[in-house]
Amino acid sequence: MRESAVTYNRLPAAELYPILRIMRASDLLHPRPEGLYCPPGDFFIDPVRPVDRALITHGHSDHARSGHRSVLATRQTLDIMGLRYGEDFAGTTQAARLGETIVLNGVSVSFHPAGHVLGSAQISVEHQGTRIVASGDYKRQRDATCAPFEPIRCDVFITEATFGLPVFRHPPDTEEIARLLKSAAQFPERSHLVGAYALGKAQRVMRLLRDAGYDRPLYIHGALAKLSEYYQSQGIDLGRLEPATVESGGKDDFTGAIVVGPPSAFADRWARRFPDPISCFASGWMRIRQRAKQGGVELPLIISDHADWDELTATIKETGAEEIWVTHGREEALVRWCELEGIAARPLHLVGYEDEGD
Amino acid sequence: MNRFAELLDRLVLTPSRNGKLTLLTDYFRAVEDPDRGLALAAITGDLNIAAVKPAMLRMLVTERMDPVLFGYSYDYVGDLAETVSLVWPQTPGKIANREPTLGEVVAKLQAASRSDGPKVLAGLLDSAGISARFAIIKLVTGGLRIGVSARLAKQALADFGKIDVAEIEELWHGLTPPYTALFAWLEGKAEKPRNTALALFRPVMLSNPVGDGDLEKLDPADYAAEWKWDGIRVQAVAEGGIRRLYSRTGDDVSGAFPDLADAMHFSATLDGELLVGDPREATGTFSDLQQRLNRKTVTPKMQQQYPAFMRCYDLLQVGGEDLRALPFRERRGRLESFVGTLDPSRFDLSPFVDFTDWQTLEELRRAPPHPIIEGVMLKRWDSAYVAGRPKGPWFKWKRDPHTVDAVLMYAQRGHGKRSSFYSDYTFGVWTGAEGEEELVPVGKAYFGFTDEELKQIDKYVRDNTIERFGPVRSVRADRDNGLVLEVAFEGLNRSTRHKSGVAMRFPRISRLRWDKPANEADRIETLQALLDR
Repeated sequence: MRESAVTYNRLPAAELYPILRIMRASDLLHPRPEGLYCPPGDFFIDPVRPVDRALITHGHSDHARSGHRSVLATRQTLDIMGLRYGEDFAGTTQAARLGETIVLNGVSVSFHPAGHVLGSAQISVEHQGTRIVASGDYKRQRDATCAPFEPIRCDVFITEATFGLPVFRHPPDTEEIARLLKSAAQFPERSHLVGAYALGKAQRVMRLLRDAGYDRPLYIHGALAKLSEYYQSQGIDLGRLEPATVESGGKDDFTGAIVVGPPSAFADRWARRFPDPISCFASGWMRIRQRAKQGGVELPLIISDHADWDELTATIKETGAEEIWVTHGREEALVRWCELEGIAARPLHLVGYEDEGD
Repeated sequence: MNRFAELLDRLVLTPSRNGKLTLLTDYFRAVEDPDRGLALAAITGDLNIAAVKPAMLRMLVTERMDPVLFGYSYDYVGDLAETVSLVWPQTPGKIANREPTLGEVVAKLQAASRSDGPKVLAGLLDSAGISARFAIIKLVTGGLRIGVSARLAKQALADFGKIDVAEIEELWHGLTPPYTALFAWLEGKAEKPRNTALALFRPVMLSNPVGDGDLEKLDPADYAAEWKWDGIRVQAVAEGGIRRLYSRTGDDVSGAFPDLADAMHFSATLDGELLVGDPREATGTFSDLQQRLNRKTVTPKMQQQYPAFMRCYDLLQVGGEDLRALPFRERRGRLESFVGTLDPSRFDLSPFVDFTDWQTLEELRRAPPHPIIEGVMLKRWDSAYVAGRPKGPWFKWKRDPHTVDAVLMYAQRGHGKRSSFYSDYTFGVWTGAEGEEELVPVGKAYFGFTDEELKQIDKYVRDNTIERFGPVRSVRADRDNGLVLEVAFEGLNRSTRHKSGVAMRFPRISRLRWDKPANEADRIETLQALLDR
């Protein structure tokens, strides 16, 4: 609970005038065209352009770019960047162990699981008694393919807002997978094409199918092969995966099959090899019917790697932060909610992140 | 409630007819009474629930959440029912151990008085999850809009019971929700429900198109010919004071044609064509008729401007006597004397076309005496009236379609088998002064081409895309570039909804004109000339 106005009189100046706090915090981290910059530590978090020192939250391409001189990230994020960009994606790399503090020019930095995709981390930045946590992208729903989010107490919490509207309420992912399996049973003569982003979502969908007892081979688009193999090497069992190529069989072989691929592939000629496919899309956007309709999606699966409205607001409270900076997504609604709750909040205008990706 | 909600969600996104049928039959199989029957009634529009106005819905939700946050949400989603279902605050503990069933929801809504309706609705929304809330709101705001016609729902029932859909159509108007006896019969657990209601629909007899070489095998002397009028098929049934007009699929359309229904002072079942105008003077165009279609009610002015009448061509029943087994020649004789007793401003007889050989009839067909004629009908003199579309007794021999050369403008991705193909085409014709010509869209078609041609057009679309909007691509089309499509269509209506001012009936691609330069495609004036005839 927030304290009432009367008790403010007994608080130090920074508490009394939140603007002072903002100034102090923004000396520690603030947006620059390259990304979020820490002047005392001289590093960027998730920079969108090549920089000297980058701290990277996770491997999605809008957060993890190649060409930095040195990169600090979790081992798995580094591995994923290596798979996507080649081993020479950065001058030097350093692996951050979760929970371990690293001091950069007197600024204490630590990585904590974000529950977004394999290797994803929040980054805590602490200096002269002020702690800011940059969440990167995160979610609170359980996900067997990555470590769960850990709330970190902090003064300023930088939250994403991809699904920062009260309309976004993700159902349990098991329910969504059950609908996919029900449809597969209802239409055994057709194939089900599941669009899912190549890093994270695709593997989560496959793992959910396995956890639901689906033990037939899953057919995957070539764009998923390396990353899925990497997930398997990290001990995440995805079962038998087969390439969804024509060489592996005729059209009839895909009868009743579940095929996973990047969403863009299904509009492509690639998809012609499947018999009368039902197009499915695993994404938080599928909550909105019109989105599904416009995309020609017949079976929307509301499975998201981002926090929904309830998770966002619960997480903000859990961090105990006195101030919230809101980035990429629908900032205004989350800022409004913070105002109603008496929490200082402002949008952090960072450029270069896709608010669409999920 | 969740199974119903899930059904609605799936149906609205499933484009294929077979897919919808599977979803419906599976639902009927899995769900028990009375829920499945209530779902059926909701789909066919036979469920009576007092409507809740959108403003009331908005008030209920903004009493429960910050109006600013609601505003952001509604702006984003764009649909009130959907927004409310998503943002409705969920109070932990208020949700019962199990969500209410469709039967419970309908019972509560039907029992609610006008004044406590909103409170009852709010209580139901409190007790339900997101999908169920959406379904509840759809029930009370009227109109499910899920792309399932009553006809399709009846076909699903027929598939479910492995019977002919005509049997469902014949029974339908005597049944009421939740259709327990109907489901019991379809599942083989009870006898076919006996229909004691008056003025029921009799499933109609349909014709087959004349195919190549069909006529050579037939003797002209065996057949009567009538003009095929461009109206809508209608069945007029009056019995024991009940008067009904049915569409050819058994939908009750009486409400839209009170002028005609009022003139049904008889006890009989007539089959014929619904048209507008005065049969003694002039028959209106299909455009005129359209003013009267798809309306639940109709103003006196509309009735005066476009009076409805029926051009009768068969008599199925008179008094208590069923004539359907009699040969056409005999029914026609009875029909002629029967129509003579009716109000001549509302009923007339479909005239015969005199002919002795196919060649004569062919000439007449090509040059009909009236613009509202779209061909000829052939009926075997000795044919009984049977439901469905038997091959042989009745033929339709339509006028050749109109064609126009148009330029492909936009292409949209298809569904199912065609989801990776650009298979829905919007095409346009030229308008504007010389030197300033531009294309104006005149229609959309998604069939008429072969699989091979589809591949070719798809490639053309991909190679000539200039812009993309979601699943739609804008294709290069100017005086020097563009794919010309020969489009066939059955007729043209005036339209205020389209920029071009015309709307095609039944357009399809008849030929790909790879050879034809885009600037030689037709102009809008060519189409306008068809309108003015």
